[in-house]
Amino acid sequence: MNEMPVVDAEAGTLLPKISAKKVQVFYGETHAIKDVDLNIADRTVTAFIGPSGCGKSTFLRCLNRMNDTIDICRVEGDIRIDGEDIYDPKVDPVQLRAKVGMVFQKPNPFPKSIYDNIAYGPRIHGLSRSKADLDEIVANSLQKAGLYEEVKDRLDEPGTGLSGGQQQRLCIARAIAVSPEVILMDEPCSALDPIATAKIEELIDELRENYTIVIVTHSMQQAARVSQRTAFFHLGNLVEEGETKEIFTNPTDRRTQDYITGRFG
Amino acid sequence: MTDTTAQTGRAVAAPARKGSLLEVDSLTRKRNAAEARFKMYGLSAVIVGLLFLVALLATILSNGTSAFTQTFITIPVPLERAEIEAAEKSIVKTSKYRAIIGTAFANVLSSAGIETDMSAKDLDKMMSSGAAASVRDFVLANPASIGTTHTFDLLASSRVDGYLKGRVTREDLINDKNLDAAHLDIVDRLSAAGIVQKRFNWQFIFGADASDSRPEQAGIGVSMIGSFFMMLVVLVLSLPIGVAASIYLEEFAPKNRFTDLIEVNISNLAAVPSIVFGILGLAAFIQFAHLPQSAPLVGGLVLTLMTLPTIIISTRASLKSVPPSIRNAALGVGASKMQSVFHHVLPLAMPGILTGTIIGLAQALGETAPLLLIGMVGFIASNVPDGVAAGFLDPNSAMPAQIYEWAKRADPAFYERAWGGIIILLLFLMTMNIIAIILRRRFERRW
Ligand SMILES: Nc1ncnc2c1ncn2[C@@H]1O[C@H](COP(=O)(O)OP(=O)(O)OP(=O)(O)O)[C@@H](O)[C@H]1O
Ligand SMILES: [Mg+2]
Repeated sequence: MNEMPVVDAEAGTLLPKISAKKVQVFYGETHAIKDVDLNIADRTVTAFIGPSGCGKSTFLRCLNRMNDTIDICRVEGDIRIDGEDIYDPKVDPVQLRAKVGMVFQKPNPFPKSIYDNIAYGPRIHGLSRSKADLDEIVANSLQKAGLYEEVKDRLDEPGTGLSGGQQQRLCIARAIAVSPEVILMDEPCSALDPIATAKIEELIDELRENYTIVIVTHSMQQAARVSQRTAFFHLGNLVEEGETKEIFTNPTDRRTQDYITGRFG
Repeated sequence: MTDTTAQTGRAVAAPARKGSLLEVDSLTRKRNAAEARFKMYGLSAVIVGLLFLVALLATILSNGTSAFTQTFITIPVPLERAEIEAAEKSIVKTSKYRAIIGTAFANVLSSAGIETDMSAKDLDKMMSSGAAASVRDFVLANPASIGTTHTFDLLASSRVDGYLKGRVTREDLINDKNLDAAHLDIVDRLSAAGIVQKRFNWQFIFGADASDSRPEQAGIGVSMIGSFFMMLVVLVLSLPIGVAASIYLEEFAPKNRFTDLIEVNISNLAAVPSIVFGILGLAAFIQFAHLPQSAPLVGGLVLTLMTLPTIIISTRASLKSVPPSIRNAALGVGASKMQSVFHHVLPLAMPGILTGTIIGLAQALGETAPLLLIGMVGFIASNVPDGVAAGFLDPNSAMPAQIYEWAKRADPAFYERAWGGIIILLLFLMTMNIIAIILRRRFERRW
C-alpha cells in the first residue's frame, strides 16, 4: 500500500488526499448535497460540522461509496482519492472501502469474538499469510486503537460484551486492521461518555500521523480539539472550509458564526 | 385546519389540574377498570384455548393408546416334517397350515381344561387370518425348526382383541356372523389362564397396512417410510431453493414493481389451499412429466411447492430482523455484498430460518389433501421398499393419508388404529418442534 503522501511532481507541493468537485447528491427528489467543492489534506484530521440534516453524513458516505447501498441515492460530480476518480465505472466499491475505512455513529461490532472482529477484514482481503501474521495484525490494531491492554486476556470473548467506548475503539481497530489510508468517522463519540470520548479523541490525534481522518461531529469543542481543518455545512451547501482555528475564531460567513456561537443548530 | 389547531392550542393551555394523589379520579378509575376487564378477557381466552387443547389431547390419548397393544394367543405348534411337506405341496398352502394351528389350538384348550364342542373351523375364527401365514413364514425362514415344537404368539382376531379392549361387547355379537358368546366364554377362560394376552404391538409401528378383513395386522410403518422419503425430498429441495430465493429477494434484488409483484404473490401462495397444489402436482408431475403415480418423489415435489412460501416468508423475516448496522460494518471493512450476507447476516438469521424450515416441514408432514390427488392413499400391503431409489419411486402412502384411509374403513378396529396413527404423527411433529427449539437455542447462544 502506498504510504507516501502523493506529491505533485511539477509543483512539488502536496496534493490533497481527497478532492471533491461539484458534488451533488440526491435522495430521490431531495437534493441533499449541492455543488460541494472540497479538498481534504493527507495526514490531517478534518472535521465536518453543521446543523442536523445539513448533509454531513451524506457527504462522508460519498467518500467510500457507502451511498451505493441506498437505492434511491444518486451522486454526481467528481471525487478523487490520490487523483483517481472513485466513481469511475472501473472502480470496485469493495476495493475502495478497504482503502477508505469507516467508523459508524453507533458502535457496531460483529457478534463474534474480539479477535474475529479485527481479523475479519485482513482475512477477506488476504492480508495475512499465517496465523502468526494474523495474530500480529490483531495485536497491532488493538494497540493502535488503545484497546490492547484492556482486552488482551479475553480476545475470544464476544466483542458485543465490551462497554460502549471499548466497542467503539474496537470498531476503530477493526477499521485500522485492513490498513486503510483514509478513515471516515461519523459522530464516533455521540454514544459515549466524556471519559470514553476523551480516549477516542486522543486516539484520533495519534492516528493522524498515519491516516487521513475525516470526522463528523456535533460537538464544537470536539472539532476544535481534534481537527486541524474544519468544514461547515448548511442545508446541503459547504459554507466554508479552513483551518480549524480560523473557523472558530474568525469565520468569514455569517451562518458559520451563528452556528458556532450557538444561535442555531 | 387552522381553526382546529387554534382550538387544540387553547385546550392544551387549560390550567393544571389540582387534586390529591390519594384520591383516584373518575378518568383513572375508568381506565383501570378497562385494563382489568381486558386482562380478564385475555385470561379467559387463554383458559378456553387450554381447555380445547386438553380435550383434544385427552380424546386422542383415550382413543388411540389401545392401538399400541394387541391381543396374542400363545400356542405351541408341533412342526411335523410330514405335515409341513404336505402343506407345501398343496395349492392353498396356508389352509393346511391353518389346520395344523387348529389342531394345536384344540390341544391348548384341552390341556387348559376348557371343554368345547366347537368345530376347528369355528375355533379358527378367534385367530387372525394372518396367523397361518406367519407360521409358514417362520418355518420357511427357519428350516431347522422342522420336527420340533415351536411356541408361537399368534395374533387373535380383531373381534377378540376388541372384546378384551372393551370395544366389542356381548350385545354387539348378536349381529356378528363370525363370533358368538361361546367364543367369548372361551376367550375369558383363556385370558384367565394367560394364554390370551394383550401385549405391546410393534407391528403397529413398523408393519404395513393390511386388508379390510385383518385390521389386527395393520401397521403404519410403511407409510412412515413414505413420509420419510417425502420429507427428504422437501428438505433437500425447499431449504436451498427457499433460502436462496429469500436472500436474493431481500438482499440483492432491486426494489421495483416487479419484485413487489413477486413478493405479493409469494404471500398469496402461502395462503393457497393445499389441494390446489395437489392438482397442480397431478397435472405437472404425473400427467405432463410422467413421473410415477403414488410415488414419494412426486409427493415430496408437491409438498415442496407448498412449503416454499412458508420458508421464504420466514427466511425473509429473519433476514430483515438482522440490524443494518451489521451489514454496514461488514461493507465498511471492505466486504463484498455477498460476503456481508454469508459471513454475517445469514448466521444471525439462522435460528429464524431453521425454525421456519422445520415448521414448514411439520406442516408438510401433516398434509393430506394434495396426496389424495396424486394417489398417495394407495393400499400398500407390501413391506419396506428395497433400496433408496425404490423408496423414492415405488408407490407408497404417507402417515396422514394412511390415517385417513383407516378412518374411512368400516371396521371399528381400523378406527382405533387411525387414532393410534394420529398419536404417532403428533409425536413426530412434537419431536420436530423440539428440534426447532433446540437448534434455535443452540444458534442463539452464540451471544
Ligand atoms: N437514506 C436516506 N433516504 C432519504 N433521504 C435521506 C437519507 N439519508 C439522509 N437523507 C436526507 O438527506 C439530508 C442530509 O442527511 P444527513 O444524514 O446527511 O444529515 P446529517 O448532516 O448527517 O445530519 P445529522 O447531524 O442529524 O446526522 C437530510 O435532509 C435527510 O433527510
Ligand atoms: Mg449524520
